[in-house]
Amino acid sequence: MQITMTVNGDSVSREVEARVLLVHFLRDVLSLTGTHWGCDTSNCGLCTVLMDGVPVKSCTVLAVMASGHDIRTVEGLAAGGTLDPVQQGFMEEHGLQCGFCTPGMMLTARALLDKNPNPSEDVIREAISGQICRCTGYATIVRSIRWAAAHPAGASKAEDTAAEDPAEASA
Amino acid sequence: MQIPAAFDYVRADSVDHALQLLAEHGPEARVIAGGHSLLPMMKLRLANPEWLIDINDLSELDHITEDGDTLRVGALTRHVSLLESDAVAGHFPLVRDAETTIADPLVRNRGTIGGSLCQADPAEDLSTVCHVLRAELVIRGPNGERTVPMRELHRGPYETSVEQNEILTEIRWPIRPRSSSAYTKVERRVGDWATAAAGASVTMGADGQIEDVTIGLTAVGLDGSTATRSQDALRGQRPSEELYAEAGRLAAEDCNPVADQRGTEAYKRHLADELTRRVLRTAIERVTAGASPAGQGITASAEPRS
Repeated sequence: MQITMTVNGDSVSREVEARVLLVHFLRDVLSLTGTHWGCDTSNCGLCTVLMDGVPVKSCTVLAVMASGHDIRTVEGLAAGGTLDPVQQGFMEEHGLQCGFCTPGMMLTARALLDKNPNPSEDVIREAISGQICRCTGYATIVRSIRWAAAHPAGASKAEDTAAEDPAEASA
Repeated sequence: MQIPAAFDYVRADSVDHALQLLAEHGPEARVIAGGHSLLPMMKLRLANPEWLIDINDLSELDHITEDGDTLRVGALTRHVSLLESDAVAGHFPLVRDAETTIADPLVRNRGTIGGSLCQADPAEDLSTVCHVLRAELVIRGPNGERTVPMRELHRGPYETSVEQNEILTEIRWPIRPRSSSAYTKVERRVGDWATAAAGASVTMGADGQIEDVTIGLTAVGLDGSTATRSQDALRGQRPSEELYAEAGRLAAEDCNPVADQRGTEAYKRHLADELTRRVLRTAIERVTAGASPAGQGITASAEPRS
């Protein structure tokens, strides 16, 4: 059936089978492979995307159910070549090891900060509690999100080296 | 790769439209809302509907409304809305207690109370919450609306009295004065089903005695889902640790847990006892303290979500 949705700001229309899951629609039909595909059982959270600004597990949403809605994936985080502060935070605070959980973690972080610009560590841990980092890098993920909260406008590498270390400011 | 078998999909634009679609497509049609129970079952071929009727656009079913001495909750209300509602937490703190432990935040963004109740999973928390609150369920069908008490909703595991051509539309929780409630759960990790859980609602009399009480247990095979002997032992008594211990002992005796990877039968009976004591203690403390909301520190909002 014909579906139309907004993905990272662009309207897309495609013909899909009703049983196609949103994660496969994004990866296989739109070639947006930044959304990772993990457990298939809504446990691991790798496939997290934002649906109307709310984090959801795209392995448990049918593409047809997302028709008419606004979807944001990791490819839509950076704007005009500038990284989102959350992406910058994951760089500054080494928020990834293998990187498999990272897109989902960053999208949940973005949604959290949009709702609560200065979350406590407990609130951050609760927000990401539906997502699994099998490298167990949770401490640095939490630090990365706190960095993003402390730098809502982001910061360029050049500014970083010129000014004091922003990671310290958020610690 | 887990993909459901082929089916046809249609969106309902009103409850009447959904009912019409259910009638039209017959017994192989299923309603889908959050989809976090049905889609996993379809992937595993435990459910094989030929038609999915998507009711996510029915905003008329997504509301939390105070109506005199009843709190009315639309069946499409998401877990996150129940968790964040100050009206819910103020009247029924056990709902927020339970919601903080249901699945995880992302699943709670999609899953609905109506879906949870109609899934009728014996380990599901909101079913116990509704037993404890003596909820009334509003079910709409081709011949109009009917209301059933919670004890008549579930016919058995995964089976409800909502007929194939009907839809659960609303959950009604009676608001009682001098009352409060609590829920607590033991789970192995975030997002797991309960090893065991307990909920209680207590109404205190003006004389400091327990006027009325309901105790529900989750995932321990309690017949009828409420601990009737424990309740009888509490009514008319003054609260005390000895009384809670007696209620817990009776609850542990009356449940019928099954050993599985979450624990032995003895461990689950121990939990039934201990968790019963804890929810009684907390619920009664909350009545005394004026029903202060549970889950301090959670960002609260009474706004319904669309």
